[in-house]
Amino acid sequence: MTADSLLERVLYVDLSERRYSVQRRPELFQDALGGTGVAIRLLQEECPAGADPLGPENPMIMAVGPLVGLYPLASKTVAMFKSPLTGNLGESHAGGRSAVALRMAGYGALVVRGASKLPVYLVIDEQGVSFRDASALWGVRSSYTVGSVLRDREPGTGLRSIMRIGRAGERQVRYACVITETYRHFGRLGMGAVWGSKGLKALVIRGKQSLPVADRRAYRRAYDAVYDAATKSSLMQKYHELGTAMNVAPLNELGGLPTRNLQTARFEGADAISGERLAEEYLGRRVACAHCPVACIHLATLRTAYPNEPYFYKTQLVGYDHEPIFAAGTMLGLDNVNGLLRLLDEIEILGLDAMSAGVSLAWATEALERGLISLEETDGVPLAFGDAQSYVAAAQRIVSQPTAFYSALAQGVEHAASVYGGADAALAFGGNEMPGYHTGPGCHVGWLAGARHSHLDNAGYSVDLKLAQSGASMTPTELAEALLREERWRQVLTSLVVCLFARNVYDPQTVVDTLATVGHACTADDLQRMGAEILQAKYAFKEREGFRMEDLRIPERISETPSPLGQVGPAYVREALAAYRQGL
Amino acid sequence: MAKRLSVIDNDLCVGCQSCMFACARRFSEGGLAKSCIHVHSAGGIDKGFVVVVCRACADPPCARVCPTDALLPREGGGVRLQPKECIGCGNCVRACPFGAVMWDGEQNKPHICVYCGYCAPYCPYGVIALEEIQEASHDRR
Repeated sequence: MTADSLLERVLYVDLSERRYSVQRRPELFQDALGGTGVAIRLLQEECPAGADPLGPENPMIMAVGPLVGLYPLASKTVAMFKSPLTGNLGESHAGGRSAVALRMAGYGALVVRGASKLPVYLVIDEQGVSFRDASALWGVRSSYTVGSVLRDREPGTGLRSIMRIGRAGERQVRYACVITETYRHFGRLGMGAVWGSKGLKALVIRGKQSLPVADRRAYRRAYDAVYDAATKSSLMQKYHELGTAMNVAPLNELGGLPTRNLQTARFEGADAISGERLAEEYLGRRVACAHCPVACIHLATLRTAYPNEPYFYKTQLVGYDHEPIFAAGTMLGLDNVNGLLRLLDEIEILGLDAMSAGVSLAWATEALERGLISLEETDGVPLAFGDAQSYVAAAQRIVSQPTAFYSALAQGVEHAASVYGGADAALAFGGNEMPGYHTGPGCHVGWLAGARHSHLDNAGYSVDLKLAQSGASMTPTELAEALLREERWRQVLTSLVVCLFARNVYDPQTVVDTLATVGHACTADDLQRMGAEILQAKYAFKEREGFRMEDLRIPERISETPSPLGQVGPAYVREALAAYRQGL
Repeated sequence: MAKRLSVIDNDLCVGCQSCMFACARRFSEGGLAKSCIHVHSAGGIDKGFVVVVCRACADPPCARVCPTDALLPREGGGVRLQPKECIGCGNCVRACPFGAVMWDGEQNKPHICVYCGYCAPYCPYGVIALEEIQEASHDRR
């Protein structure tokens, strides 16, 4: 038995029929590695053209890769589905223990078909799949409670992943997330709503397999090279120390930090919610994904006094990263750490994607200011930049939907602006709410092209930053080529399910070396070719589902607010998008 | 003097499980089936982690309940497993109050730490270390 003989096992679960089966698909993993490459093939096989994203015909796919359980930093699970937010490719990645658990249960990929009439949760292990009644868990107020109930009810502590949706997923908010291990998420593009439509409340995945290698001595040598690069060099240090929140202060300095619905790109309160300030005054614990020594997950301590009882407090740990600080902080004008953490905590309780929720609320605030909506639409919530309490109340209403306005907002800011106006300030790109950068045309072109909505990290912003540092410039075609070159290679990394933070550890030669030890012989050229093919396959799916590069809406706001590279011109952006499509 | 693996400070643990994978890698394989270390959350990740390792007891209960003497006390503390003698009854697993005797379902035999220390350098945060066992002390961490 080789490690790949476990990887090639694809677990198919049918929620309508309450059946499962395992099929060996060695060709899938041979041709497309795993992760993104395998998931897009399975999505093409499983998802009929024009499928209703919230219908039983929309599959939910997860895939891991050949290095998981064998090498550090290969700790991501790639999920794919048709997105209820954008209507085309839904791709979302999460870490935690998800990837190691699926691999240790003895599967390379999972396909969930159909829908259950009764709410269910599934337990997946070496023996197969158990269907469990989740009707009592459906409607529970807090996603934390669902996690803690399953933690007590199901065995396998330390060797399992507990994924679940909150009420946002149950109510099919189009940017509901799936939470794994409490602080990690399949955040973007609405996988939580897809689970909600299937009556799938949670997945518990566990296992403890052996993974034999092809070359035992080379394996240990290659392992140490990767491990040392991750822990002894400076490559990963920044992720470990301040975490992604390290970006807040320098981006603000540069004038690339979207603030108050991107009315400006500098926030006067940025220092108060910077990575440095949070680490010094609020950081309670750092934790890691399984088999990643870096520990980039930063948890802040939120101490809250009960209003009616003296000296009675509760203390919680709330996860933070650059993107949640942007979406629930700068974008909403919040410079009060307790307010920010309280809002992030509520978003976690509800199971919303923090980024889409924050960007939607930022637009709603501006819509109220401009008179596009009134307090009648907001159910009396006086949305105002800087007012955390109102944002907590509004986030709850995105889920409970007491008015038609909140029902519209629950479909994304693009949709809400199409009903109430204010599209110029609705910061969605291809229907997906923006991440936390306004660094220049690179980031915006990258999001519009939308090769990898799933991940916060986009090659575009680093291109922008390099240009800002060097003072050089790029033609639209050069920008498109730079984005495509990076994007093709990132398809390889996400197919191996290597965390993109580790992209400098897993250079092409390291990938070739590590794959050889697990019996997967290939050259760097083979990998580049695979990356290009995987990217093309993703666009083939997107275009089949109606995606057109030339039809993309460019929000006027990105041109009105100067970036570190000056004004982002729509003509430049259009030209770069055309070149990107051409270059695919 | 005999050595054992000590948990220096659970609170330094980030839950990366690098030590667990290192333990399995002694056999030049990946995965976790052969790991003799177990890291799990202390009731949710926000509560931190518990690192379970063999404490190399002076009078090991796992050896006392072994019906075939497959587990023999080691001089200075801890045990040695003789797999050929083991009948897979699992008494040792139930006898260890720390849960430090792991079970290999594939082989139907226990996995117990051999005090080699291969794992310790793979802990980036100094949570575990190979240390000399102090004379029959009862104040072990």
